[in-house]
Amino acid sequence: MTLDELEQIANEVQAAKEKSPRALNVCVAAGCLSLHSDAIKSALEKEVQRTGVNCRVAGTGCMGLCSLGPLVNREPDGQLLKNVAEADAAEIVEKLESVPPERLLCSREQPFFQRQTAVVLENSGRINPEKIEEYIAAEGYQALVRALTEMAPAQIVQEVSKSGLRGRGGAGYPTGLKWGTVAKTIGTTKYVICNADEGDPGAFMDRSVLESDPHRVLEGMIVAGYAVGASQGYIYVRAEYPLAIKRLQAAIRDARRLGFLGSQICNAKFSFDIEIRIGGGAFVCGEETALIASIEGRRGTPRPRPPFPAQSGLWQMPTLINNVESFANIPTILRRGGEWYASLGTKKSKGTKVFALCGKVRNVGLIEVPMGTPLRQIIFEIGGGIPDGHRFKAVQTGGPSGGCIPEQSLDLPVDYESLKEVGSIMGSGGMIVMDDSACMVNVARYFMEFCMSESCGKCIPCRAGTAQMFELLTRMTSGTATPQDLELLEDLCDMVSSTSLCGLGQSAPNPVLSTLRYFREEYTEHIVDKHCRAGVCECNHLAEVSA
Amino acid sequence: MPITSKRPSLPSSDKRWRIVAGTMRRHGFAREALIETLHTVQEYFGYLDKPSLRFVAASLRVPLSQAYGVATFYHYFTLKPPGKHTCLVCLGTACYIKGAGQLLATAEASLNVKAGETTLDGNVSLVTARCIGSCSMAPAFIFDGETAGNVNENALRSKLAGWKN
Repeated sequence: MTLDELEQIANEVQAAKEKSPRALNVCVAAGCLSLHSDAIKSALEKEVQRTGVNCRVAGTGCMGLCSLGPLVNREPDGQLLKNVAEADAAEIVEKLESVPPERLLCSREQPFFQRQTAVVLENSGRINPEKIEEYIAAEGYQALVRALTEMAPAQIVQEVSKSGLRGRGGAGYPTGLKWGTVAKTIGTTKYVICNADEGDPGAFMDRSVLESDPHRVLEGMIVAGYAVGASQGYIYVRAEYPLAIKRLQAAIRDARRLGFLGSQICNAKFSFDIEIRIGGGAFVCGEETALIASIEGRRGTPRPRPPFPAQSGLWQMPTLINNVESFANIPTILRRGGEWYASLGTKKSKGTKVFALCGKVRNVGLIEVPMGTPLRQIIFEIGGGIPDGHRFKAVQTGGPSGGCIPEQSLDLPVDYESLKEVGSIMGSGGMIVMDDSACMVNVARYFMEFCMSESCGKCIPCRAGTAQMFELLTRMTSGTATPQDLELLEDLCDMVSSTSLCGLGQSAPNPVLSTLRYFREEYTEHIVDKHCRAGVCECNHLAEVSA
Repeated sequence: MPITSKRPSLPSSDKRWRIVAGTMRRHGFAREALIETLHTVQEYFGYLDKPSLRFVAASLRVPLSQAYGVATFYHYFTLKPPGKHTCLVCLGTACYIKGAGQLLATAEASLNVKAGETTLDGNVSLVTARCIGSCSMAPAFIFDGETAGNVNENALRSKLAGWKN
């Protein structure tokens, strides 16, 4: 494949579009699909066929504003239709050339769309994820062809370093540095692994990227393979994401067909192939050494580092592991240059970040903003604020390894460092908004239950410590705790975080620590007054009985 | 290296075993194919029983203890046959703060089982998930493989009632 051939494919797609400029693109990513958008798509197809109008009907990926789904995007005028039902098909097709029905109209002039900057999501909702040609027409695989024909591996690593991209799985390790380490490690066989084991509850960014634009991730992985000298890649994806798996399988097949995977890609001395490995629903497998153990067919238990996977990873070979979103950034970085990417974001956190905005917020969905965007802007402008007259209480980021951020820290610019400062972490990008109906002690207990049952059991601090902490938190929510229990809980937080083997245990106390830091009075109320102000916990009931 | 010990023959004439064997063959009967193979068994048989674990372990030459260890380590694998219907409650954070905990209690009460169990008549299995990634439609359920969003008490009750024999 050469750049000319890519252009030819792009031109063919363009010509087909010009021949039939009208189109209805139905979102068939997980969110809208579970509202039966596939039925809407076939209803529209039938209607188009029945009336004989010249209009394409296609399925696309996520358009972002999931709470107003199912969404349909109209071409060529770009009108967005919300809450579409099967019954609307006739009217939509009938009014193809005029203004769509008022009740279906979803303005793109609202802050939800205007405050976003799309890099990873640039094609999401615009192309058909099951057609490689559409990805190519959207400048896809250009970066790969350029990299293989015009760039040396070291130049690619340099470009990625220049972009300032940091690991989007949450830890924020500089991606360029990681690539450089694997590239420099001597070894005849090296591997590239894409971590798509998106386990944080409340996070669905990677799922959306895989379902909406799978080729972007493949392209990033192939480029990485060339840059570090690997010839085999693995995508480790959750079994809970069947649609993402299906689209990835189709994407890999198509990429092989066009010669982007296989031997002598683009006539370069470079061969690379990708296989999918399906996870087994173990949260700990998001940790890189546990993930490697799982690919090797074993129980997913972590091991101490060093050696880091860059030196000794899969089958003891040098291995590059990056998250889905990290790989998804690569094609754009190479196409537009590392400097361009570095111009977005803050001093230490470059580029954009995709967040899954959910919970008690008006606009639920998938967003992408430049690093450094204040939380207040994300929640109250993009997210549209808190519905049903409730008050904002906290926003939870980073899943079970993160923390709850209170109102007074809302003007914080979102980046790796400042989130850490307030006791949370960037994490993979789940952002769950909570209002005054949430009890923070109960939330801490919820996450501790999660860590307790997801602990792999290998090291004692995590296995026994999380169970003890869960027990203490249960006493608090059920109204049987004493002030000593709180002291013990704080001691355990310190012990578990400083002595656990892997990130799961080390960060398990974070939800407790952050809620203690900002909502300590709620803990005291539960322990001393046996009162839960949100009315969620059992202790209220207990207080009533004794009164 | 010549392979001396013979691989076990298929447990029965059930065609599904051939699909299982196919998965192992595709991976060259390598030990690391254990998880992939167990996925295939569960996909076609619905669960992993002792004969299937023995067959897979022997075919891939991994100790039975390791196969059992893997099968019990990963939540996705189940050693018990599933009910005719499956009601999956998502307990992800977004679902939880929108009341998934109460909905689970409702389901437990109306089916008279605890999460992870199957009704005595084998009709309904009640299972939970950490997060199914449908946070935008919290609280989310999966009824027999079909995701349902924004589920409330009434919708849940009527869905479960509809499954009664």
